[in-house]
Amino acid sequence: MSPQAVLTQLRNSKLLSGRSAVIGVPYVWLLVFFLLPFLIVLKISVSEMETVHFKDLLTYKDGLLQLTLKFSNYEFIAEDPLYFKVYLASLKYAAATTLFCLLIGYPFSYFMARAKPSIQPALLMMVMLPFWTSFLLRVYAWKGLLGENGWVANLLEWLHVDHLLLALGVIPALGKFMNSPFSLVLGMTYTYLPFMILPLYANLAKMDLRLLEAAADLGATPWTAFWKVTVPLSKAGIIAGSMLVFIPCVGEFVIPELLGGPETLMIGRVLWDEFFSNNDWPMASSVAVVMILLIIVPLAIFNKYQAEAQEARS
Amino acid sequence: MVASQAPAFLQIKDVVKDFSGVKAVNHVSIDIAKGEIFALLGSSGCGKTTLLRMLAGFSSPTSGKIILNGQDLEGLPPYLRPINMMFQSYALFPHLSVEENIAFGLKRDGMPKDQIAERVEKMLKLVQLGKYAKRKPHQLSGGQQQRVALARSLAKRPQLLLLDEPLGALDKKLREETQIELVNIIEQVGVTVVMVTHDQEEAMTMASRIAIMSEGNILQIGAPSEIYETPANRFVADFIGNVNLMDGTLIDDNPDHVIVECADCKHYVGHGITGTEGMAVSVAVRPEKIHVTREKPDGEYNHVRGTIKDMVYFGSHTVYHIQLGSGLVFKISESNVSRHRDDPLTWGDEVWASWTPLSQVVLTQ
Ligand SMILES: Nc1ncnc2c1ncn2[C@@H]1O[C@H](COP(=O)(O)OP(=O)(O)OP(=O)(O)O)[C@@H](O)[C@H]1O
Ligand SMILES: [Mg+2]
Repeated sequence: MSPQAVLTQLRNSKLLSGRSAVIGVPYVWLLVFFLLPFLIVLKISVSEMETVHFKDLLTYKDGLLQLTLKFSNYEFIAEDPLYFKVYLASLKYAAATTLFCLLIGYPFSYFMARAKPSIQPALLMMVMLPFWTSFLLRVYAWKGLLGENGWVANLLEWLHVDHLLLALGVIPALGKFMNSPFSLVLGMTYTYLPFMILPLYANLAKMDLRLLEAAADLGATPWTAFWKVTVPLSKAGIIAGSMLVFIPCVGEFVIPELLGGPETLMIGRVLWDEFFSNNDWPMASSVAVVMILLIIVPLAIFNKYQAEAQEARS
Repeated sequence: MVASQAPAFLQIKDVVKDFSGVKAVNHVSIDIAKGEIFALLGSSGCGKTTLLRMLAGFSSPTSGKIILNGQDLEGLPPYLRPINMMFQSYALFPHLSVEENIAFGLKRDGMPKDQIAERVEKMLKLVQLGKYAKRKPHQLSGGQQQRVALARSLAKRPQLLLLDEPLGALDKKLREETQIELVNIIEQVGVTVVMVTHDQEEAMTMASRIAIMSEGNILQIGAPSEIYETPANRFVADFIGNVNLMDGTLIDDNPDHVIVECADCKHYVGHGITGTEGMAVSVAVRPEKIHVTREKPDGEYNHVRGTIKDMVYFGSHTVYHIQLGSGLVFKISESNVSRHRDDPLTWGDEVWASWTPLSQVVLTQ
């Protein structure tokens, strides 16, 4: 074949067409910024640590090609109950945060999506407004608000909410809100709420309101119509918002550091310690890999739903 | 008119809907009998949907009353009205299967499960969609979706069925097939229907009575033939079918006939009208009631002379456009009863168009 012919064939082939290029971009992105780093972390997690750097996985000596994979870190994670407890705690706090974000975010998004179209941009702006100040500052501010004589703390005490919280076991003592599961989940809910609201709002805003009229016409009260029509139709938004909150919450480090307490040890903190206190990179990487796997499972479920929803829409 | 013995099944009494100063529905009063298929016909934006939505309960009249089977519907929310609507866009629930869509209303009534299943099956059979019960709406064709929407609105056996442009989303051929099918289904169920359409053929084929609406007002209510043959005014005559309208003056007013002088001819109309000599009137003649000849017809009335400007062959009939002396273009539709005309007419021919004294309608407004 002449070089000319090869070129034309290449040009005609799907590989070079604009279409596949456009589709390819996200894949390249994922490959470069997720899969490759993940593989590196995976590699480190099974490497042996020498004083300063890791041993190569593949060694060649005396005509012997040797592949060394050290799984002892994973064994350790599986055997030491501390890790199990911390993973469980991380999942628990992330799940609680997701639940509260959903409980607060759904009505919020709902009324935002049903508000007059002229004021919707303003409402949306208000949701985004907190992003204009540093996240660190906003979380730090809660220390003051919930600490001794913070006005939120005083208000909660005055309302006797602390009795309820103590009964639930999420604060250490009456009148003490800081450094507890309560302050941790509150801080995370506050921080991640916009990530729940935005996808939910996008979903609810594009809902066909005639479906609600159809439901009313068929005898559904507004309450029934909400549960039988609006909520099922916003499933994709609920899942998207929940993932956007749940996934970063599992690995959250800063908020537990600032607002959490001794009993709210989360996996982010463990990672930090392994990396920077113990300097045990293979161990840290193993912890990270297990965490990613814990997150990927719900993500896969989410993807499946998305694909289904996509199919339903087309 | 004789005062009706029993009040009508559905009474729309002097209903007004005001949208910030614009009267989308303007003092509309209609009585509809039980079992009737009633069509609201009018051009886009005349207030048909607005009126229908007030019947369904999605909006309330600014003034006036709607009474169904003796019950005033004022203040009754849509979910408490014994009325179901088939939406223009179908509004099928995308997350529910065909049978779940049909069962939706029945479940809201708290009907026992086995009865729901039985009713759903019956409805599916009625609209011939038994095979598609488990499918989602997006897996159906437009025509099938329309039948699901119909089944869903009939499932609760409503006292009144509202159809908003029921066949609007279908193409012309499918629409014509479905019109008859729809009427058959409605008659099987025996429900009273108010339908909205801007397609006059649809209204003519489906409805037992039609109301012509324009800018929120009802211009005429009557059976399809009544509206076609004796339109109440120029708007209705022009709106329904094709018509030749000639302006003229009433020069002779007798109880059994009148004579109207127009620019192109004198009309002898074989029935009396309520009017006075000298008043300006319009005469309407439908194209299919006109006959074309080369020779001048006898007498001095009911014929015009012109040249053929245009002719279109439609198979069953041919439409001629004839330019008259006054500049008016006359539309004539001649049915092709035999395969060949003895003296084929063609472009530019001088011809006479004539009609009988009972084929015109004199319109005073
Ligand atoms: N919610 C509303 N607010 C203000 N004006 C409205 C509203 N709904 C309808 N209108 C106006 O009322 C008039 C009648 O509208 P309607 O929808 O009843 O028309 P229609 O006869 O159904 O027309 P089409 O055949 O196009 O559906 C229109 O001029 C429309 O602009
Ligand atoms: Mg309409």
